Amino acid sequence: MINKLDFRAILNRDKNIVQLIVMTVLIFVIMTALSPDKFLRYYNFESITYIFPELGLLSIAMMIAMLTGGIDLSVVGIANLSGILAGILFKKLADETGVADTGLAVVLLGGVVALGTGLVAGALNGLLITKVKITPILATLGTGQVFTGLAIVLTGGPAIVGFPEHWSWVGNGKLLGLATPFVLFVLIAIAVSFILVRTPLGVNLMLIGTNPKAALFAGLKRERMVFYSYMMTGVLASIAGIMLSGRTNAAKSDYGTSYLLQAVLIAVLGGTNPAGGKGRVLGVAIAVIALMLLSSGFQILRFSNHLIDFIWGAFLLLVIAINAYKNRVR
Amino acid sequence: MAWLRRSEVVIAGILLLAMIGIGLVNPAFWQLDNLFSLLRSNVIIGIMALGVLMIMISGGIDVSFPAFAVAAMYLTVKGMLWTGYDGVALPFLTAATMGALFGCLNAFFVYKFRMIPLIVTLGTGSMVRGFLLGVVGTSMININKMPDVLIDFAKTEVISMTKADGTTYGLTAMVLVYFGLAILVHLILRYTMIGRGIYALGGDQEAASRAGFDLRKVIFFIYCFAGALAGFAGLLHSGMIWLANPRDFVGLELDVIAAVVLGGASIFGGRGTVLGTMLGVFMLVMVKNSLIIMKIDTTWQRVVVGVIIVIATAVTAWRDQKRKARGDRT
Repeated sequence: MINKLDFRAILNRDKNIVQLIVMTVLIFVIMTALSPDKFLRYYNFESITYIFPELGLLSIAMMIAMLTGGIDLSVVGIANLSGILAGILFKKLADETGVADTGLAVVLLGGVVALGTGLVAGALNGLLITKVKITPILATLGTGQVFTGLAIVLTGGPAIVGFPEHWSWVGNGKLLGLATPFVLFVLIAIAVSFILVRTPLGVNLMLIGTNPKAALFAGLKRERMVFYSYMMTGVLASIAGIMLSGRTNAAKSDYGTSYLLQAVLIAVLGGTNPAGGKGRVLGVAIAVIALMLLSSGFQILRFSNHLIDFIWGAFLLLVIAINAYKNRVR
Repeated sequence: MAWLRRSEVVIAGILLLAMIGIGLVNPAFWQLDNLFSLLRSNVIIGIMALGVLMIMISGGIDVSFPAFAVAAMYLTVKGMLWTGYDGVALPFLTAATMGALFGCLNAFFVYKFRMIPLIVTLGTGSMVRGFLLGVVGTSMININKMPDVLIDFAKTEVISMTKADGTTYGLTAMVLVYFGLAILVHLILRYTMIGRGIYALGGDQEAASRAGFDLRKVIFFIYCFAGALAGFAGLLHSGMIWLANPRDFVGLELDVIAAVVLGGASIFGGRGTVLGTMLGVFMLVMVKNSLIIMKIDTTWQRVVVGVIIVIATAVTAWRDQKRKARGDRT
């Protein structure tokens, strides 16, 4: 009996992946049909591989928070703050020779600072959620304000422009002939997927999300696991911040504010259950590619950015409706 | 002395202490024109907070209302210019109705698909704002085009005074509108079946449904009413600042949610009062305005609002836990 149920669950999950792939292909075909000469250019796809990893990482971070029925509204704040702190460090350490030629050691130090920011910020979220017992929505809403606010205080408003070349390579460069952020994204996605599926932490998170009470009675260390999951979320967000600041060669307190909604949308579209217990990295990765194709197609068709916002929102509601309908049938 | 433990009394006490503190740093705080302008700044946030309060008592959250407010405001003002209509009642009714219709969209998704309100309202908010800016327009309607009736209506004052140097100042009558709506919401929450249903829904959905509350009616009522309040407040805002800006209210949801949480409402639902919310709104507005009076750099505003959210939710969570530990003796 139990085996049968498990089998059906696996089938269902893979059905979800199949549906996502079908949707991606559909978007691809429609966009190609609408503007074949512009959409199908190599340049278009290459630029997507540079842009999507940061959004993809934020979406995976969002998915991890959703696994335990939470959410992280501070990811964009963490990403920006990480980039800004690293940027300030580079400015401080490279007065004489100019920021662009900063040595590798300093750049690595900047990376440590950025990742450390993510770790500390995530730990703060985790602490507020598990120890102080604030609901994730409000805790991360508040800390998100604090992180963004600190970013404003540190920069005074305008962007920090000019990052070392080694740093920009993370967002702009090439590795093995592919975009560096793309390669990094694939590696990180595989690592996160491994953590979620093959390690006790991941399995615990799934179980806690599926049934918090049962997990408690089964003796799972709920608080510690949830705490770790928010730290992971914070680190992923700071990696996205490194990519963003590397790609644009600048860091600012209000970069990527529309990423928040998009990350939620992609996580939900990728088959994550916001109530907890269900989520796969592969699903999120396909969903982010599907939506990047969609939005680049719309940009080629010269839709205004505001209309694209409208479409993102409508898409989110549509996905909710479809998911609800699917669950009812089952 | 049970009343001493009521959260409204505690908030009022903290508020008084804060006022005395700010007054010591800068005695200008206690001048009547500063107090009047503080009250004036309460009106818009306060009216919106009343709607958010009801949603939070029911255990939900709403981040879409600023988009609804701005859409209702801009469309109504555009409509007034188009038709040359010069009354006051009908435009406000129109704006409120528009807001209510948007709110129904939220209610539909929350009720029909049992989706987490945060995700639904993220989607609807993005849709409505994207539609407004992408389809309707992005140009501001300045004072020279704003309908005079709106400005004149918002100029009404209850108390008018003249300073020694001949300049006049006064207390805007919009405060009375705010107080009137607050009393209305208080009466609804306290003495109507639907009001008790909101508390019941927030306490325990299943129990509320078994006790015979019509959940559909309750959910539609709160989201539509919150939308209507937002639409109304939006139009009032444009009259008060003599400007209809389709990009207005960005990020306002955080201030409003902070105020409601500060007022003692719990996101777990089932708790919250109109009086507490009004005190919370006053506290938030006062702190934000007083940063200027206390000569603190305005870049710190976001940090302060974030910290307020975190502290207020922490206190609320702590209170809820203590209550749970004591048993359900309230």
